[in-house]
Amino acid sequence: MQRILILGGGVGGTLTANLLVRKLRRQLKAGEVAITVVDQTGQHTYQPGFMYIAMGGERADKLQRPERGLLDSRVNLVVGQVEKVDEPTRIVHLKDGERLGYDYLVLATGSRILPEAIEHFDTEAQHFYTAEAALKLRKALDGFKGGRIVVAIAGMPYKCPPAPLEVSFLIEAELRQRGLRQASEVHFCSPIGRAFTIESVSEMATPIFEQKGIELHTFFNVETVDAERHVIGSLEGEELPYDLLILVPPHKGQQFLIDSGLAPAPGGWLPTDRATLQVGGRPNMFALGDATDLPLSKAGSTAHFEAPVVTERIVAAIEGREPDHKHGDYLGKVMCFFEIGDGKGTLLQFDYEHPPRPPKPNQVWHLGKIVFNKTYWHTVPKGRV
Amino acid sequence: MTDTITTPAITRTIDARGSFCPGPLMELIRGIREAAVGDILSVYSSDKGSKTDIPKWIEKAGHRLVSLETRDGYDEIIVEKTH
Repeated sequence: MQRILILGGGVGGTLTANLLVRKLRRQLKAGEVAITVVDQTGQHTYQPGFMYIAMGGERADKLQRPERGLLDSRVNLVVGQVEKVDEPTRIVHLKDGERLGYDYLVLATGSRILPEAIEHFDTEAQHFYTAEAALKLRKALDGFKGGRIVVAIAGMPYKCPPAPLEVSFLIEAELRQRGLRQASEVHFCSPIGRAFTIESVSEMATPIFEQKGIELHTFFNVETVDAERHVIGSLEGEELPYDLLILVPPHKGQQFLIDSGLAPAPGGWLPTDRATLQVGGRPNMFALGDATDLPLSKAGSTAHFEAPVVTERIVAAIEGREPDHKHGDYLGKVMCFFEIGDGKGTLLQFDYEHPPRPPKPNQVWHLGKIVFNKTYWHTVPKGRV
Repeated sequence: MTDTITTPAITRTIDARGSFCPGPLMELIRGIREAAVGDILSVYSSDKGSKTDIPKWIEKAGHRLVSLETRDGYDEIIVEKTH
């Protein structure tokens, strides 16, 4: 019996489990293979929807479904928190004492946010990286009557690099619609020397900043929040005052990965091969999605395109053959929608070799994102797209 | 007497080749945030813009640009975290 253990029931873990079932039907039926997913809550969350709780009237209960219903019935689901991966014995220890052995281990453990790493974050700043925080931001925006809104980033890496930019555009559009634009300023702090990391997107976004009157601050990586003066400070030594602060919190990998000696402190990101997705050269251990240290967007889309690679590599090993290089090598593919505001959007699609060439923003890509959000449950986790 | 060129020992190498999002500079900022003072970081970038925007950020953030070399299809930028 070959035991495939997948830690994490997000996009990467769920999709990998379902794709493995498709490829290993015969072995599953014969009892030669077992596939198990471990998830800490048993609830699958569609995280890109959080932004729409703050900005688009989305409801938190619409963004969560039981993981059991998304997994093929042939996949075992264990709800529990991982404490440690013991490599020599190939056993994963859960906090409740349960032990799960593995022959192949898939680490789809995502990232976690640490607002508490920035002093005064909880009392001074808003964010949209959980449903609860996004709802709190919505309330803060509802109570906003004018002043200076600052959108900034307090750590690297963070989930969905375009999200803070999208939020700035959407807030500016909302302020206009609510008749508050004249009484308000919107500031966006970019960690780098331009509006967005991708040059072509930056070239597209910069005139939008000018047109919308959003003030762009470059090379501004937030390090401190001064609660008394309502001022943020950057690691580059600059300051900026705010009335309403929207701050992307610091992110890290899971602590148990550091404790198990799989990922280095302090970040906790798994050293992952950019093509094979193997962790630290181990032939039976793979990582995908936010958990890796790859220089890629931390986004569901990344996990979506990595899952078939992990699947092919595990299936090939079980079948005793070499992986098919067409499906067994990850080429860095990522694809995501980008909201501009005023009902318009664009599409970013790229891989290691090809930079994105986003189309001119229009309503079609905005609607594409809305449709994707609504149909996600029936498509991505089940491997239908 | 012989002149010797001392290459500082690299504490960590960040291979950001093929990174369009978040991109080599963002990867370096992450590395600097996670590093200790005195650490030497090496960044590989295939993004042509890195040759200008990474040194610009290093100067703005007050760290030290140790070297910038063009290699086979990519640039290697070495930085020391100074504070």
